[in-house]
Amino acid sequence: MSIITDVIQSTVAVIKGMRRTLAEIPREKWTVQYPDDPITVQPRYRGMHLLHVDENGKEKCVACYLCAAACPSDCIYIEAEDDPRPYEQRVGRDERFAKVYNIDYNRCIFCGFCVEACPKDAITHGYNFEISVYNRSDLLKTKNDLLITKQKQSKNYRVALSSEDVDSEYKEV
Amino acid sequence: MSVAVENIPGQFDDLDQSLESQMTLSMGPQHPSTHGVLRLELKLDGELVVKAIPDIGYLHTGMEKLFEYKKYQQGIVITDRMDYLNPLGNNLAYVMAAEKLLDLEIPERAQTIRVLFCELQRIASHMVWLGTSALDLGAMSVFFFCFRQREKILNLIEAASGGRMTPSYFRIGGLMMDLPAGFERRCQQFIEGFPEALDTFETLATGNTIWQSRTQGVGVISREEAIDWGLTGPCLRASNVDLDLRRDNPYSGYETYDFDVPVETDGDVWARYRVRMRELYESHKIIRQALARLKPGPIKADAPKVVLPDRDDMRKHMDSLIHHFLIVAEGFSIPEGEVYHAIEGSKGELGVYMKSDGTPKPSRVHVRGPSFINLQALPVMSEGEMIADVVAIIGSLDIVLGEIDR
Repeated sequence: MSIITDVIQSTVAVIKGMRRTLAEIPREKWTVQYPDDPITVQPRYRGMHLLHVDENGKEKCVACYLCAAACPSDCIYIEAEDDPRPYEQRVGRDERFAKVYNIDYNRCIFCGFCVEACPKDAITHGYNFEISVYNRSDLLKTKNDLLITKQKQSKNYRVALSSEDVDSEYKEV
Repeated sequence: MSVAVENIPGQFDDLDQSLESQMTLSMGPQHPSTHGVLRLELKLDGELVVKAIPDIGYLHTGMEKLFEYKKYQQGIVITDRMDYLNPLGNNLAYVMAAEKLLDLEIPERAQTIRVLFCELQRIASHMVWLGTSALDLGAMSVFFFCFRQREKILNLIEAASGGRMTPSYFRIGGLMMDLPAGFERRCQQFIEGFPEALDTFETLATGNTIWQSRTQGVGVISREEAIDWGLTGPCLRASNVDLDLRRDNPYSGYETYDFDVPVETDGDVWARYRVRMRELYESHKIIRQALARLKPGPIKADAPKVVLPDRDDMRKHMDSLIHHFLIVAEGFSIPEGEVYHAIEGSKGELGVYMKSDGTPKPSRVHVRGPSFINLQALPVMSEGEMIADVVAIIGSLDIVLGEIDR
């Protein structure tokens, strides 16, 4: 094969490739201009956790420690307390509640085992993945940061509505 | 007990003795074409590689030891992070090893979904391989086309499991949860659009003269050497060895699917490229069949002491709730014994050796990572080649450093 046929064949290959590449220009774009345009996630997406409350605003968590036991990275810390007051004055829905509920997002790997373990549906994953901070100690989230009532006020947060929580029809992406 | 340091032969001893016409070049660990943090110690004669020594361990995280401190079900999340391009394959190898010890029977639907996802993941893994190895050889647009297809697959995986690269979707005894509504339709959409993408790759790479001359006759490994070095997967089949665990040692019902095992004879980079490209067609075929045979049914094995109960069941029935508490809080123990289970991962034979001492935590888990074994053959392939071809050879091996270092 002479150098001339080499050059001709390579040029043909480049032209063929460019034709395919240029044909993409009018087509549908898959790239998302991320910080400017928001990203949609699937309904089951595992983002930052939400601690749920019942219809009267009482916390569902009964501090049974199952999420902490299920966690492969040991990032959940709970302190339980009994609350013998009547339902109207209580913090939680049941007579036992978590006085302290911390998730250390330095360690959390978003595996979803805590959500699977919770017998009261008190913890689920939200859709927030933008949790980077300037200071590592800010990644230790307390109950105040995780409660769904507190997170609704955050503008950045896409709260998982109960209807589209899991097992619902796909969002088109 | 101490070992005298001077008695251990240095790994790079012979490289230190520099010859007149030879030089030693350190390639990596930050070289972009090394796909991770692999360092190659190259001994060069001009542009020819006289000797190549891979230096690994930069990503070591002690995962095999970590298994011993986690309950059986918690070990699944560690497997995600080994070969991070084929996490569902790793999940499958791990859970199947545990299921073999437990002697569990997995329902039909769960098996089909496992096959479906493993093949989707194989395509996604090969997409990264094709994109990055083409990028190394200077073909940039292939990368974007590949990653678009991969994005579609990752969306499917995310829809089912909630995680994109760390799905942890398979559980010991079944699946995490059933497929979401509308999954079949979306999966169908993907497999209908995929042949067009394959045509694109064939146009851009296979039919390209530049691509052919960069890959043909480069990095040849003979049939005998490939067997001696323990190569598996596409690298082995490119050297004319017809071995595929999906067909030869079937698991998860692979024996009921109709697919071919592509084999090439040359053993060079081009042959490995062709084997993987043809595998994409076969995976596409398997996904089509698996999707057609998805029937409603249980997704978890009937083993209340091992498998987490259905959530509705757990809320209503006391005994389910008790099992739920016991499994989560204490884990389940597996009868004493040891087992090795191997599956055909996207890169080769992915085996998990598991030893149980009857407690809820494994006594030992060893992973036979295909990338680790395949990388050993790099010196054989690259000696006598030009230094620029080493990049092509690394790309053709399809290594993932997360799995090599573990």
